[in-house]
Amino acid sequence: MDIMQIVAIGIVSSILIIVVKEYNPELAIQISIVTGLIIFASILGKLNSVLTVLKFYAAKADIEIFYFSIILKIVSIAYITEFGAQICKDSGEVSIGKKIEFAGKILIMVLAIPIYAALFDVIIRIMP
Amino acid sequence: MDVNIIFKIAAVGIVIAVLNNVLIRSGRDEMAMMTTLTGLVVVLMMVIGLISRLFDTVRTMFQL
Repeated sequence: MDIMQIVAIGIVSSILIIVVKEYNPELAIQISIVTGLIIFASILGKLNSVLTVLKFYAAKADIEIFYFSIILKIVSIAYITEFGAQICKDSGEVSIGKKIEFAGKILIMVLAIPIYAALFDVIIRIMP
Repeated sequence: MDVNIIFKIAAVGIVIAVLNNVLIRSGRDEMAMMTTLTGLVVVLMMVIGLISRLFDTVRTMFQL
């Protein structure tokens, strides 16, 4: 029952954060970061098996491994960006969080350029 | 990943709050500030290792 564990971790750490925040708020932020990390890391192992299955079917369907790896990179950038932006927002720095999200969006756009290029090639070939 | 580190950080926070109060009451404001700073650095050291481990995990998993 992994979900029970994760919910329990979340509740306990929220209570601890409320206790600590009164005296030193900077440590409360750290507790929230660590809680996020632990939940993230415990759930990342599950995602691994899904990825193996996806890779197997991508190989079966003859999708180019290059495009597939681009999609994986984009997903990982999205996860990391979301994580960092949420931490910044939690600690009250909304503008830094927004900028992290912006950087993530731009990096995703840069990574996705080969896919755009392939799509435009197909469109140009179809057009008479 | 073990949950113990959450309790460790919370314990450090509470101990430092108590030390801070005691030092301020006894009139040593600069020592109080030093303890707060030390606690922050100690916890930061613990957290940095975890963050780098997370980034490594993600990097190996998605083959970045």
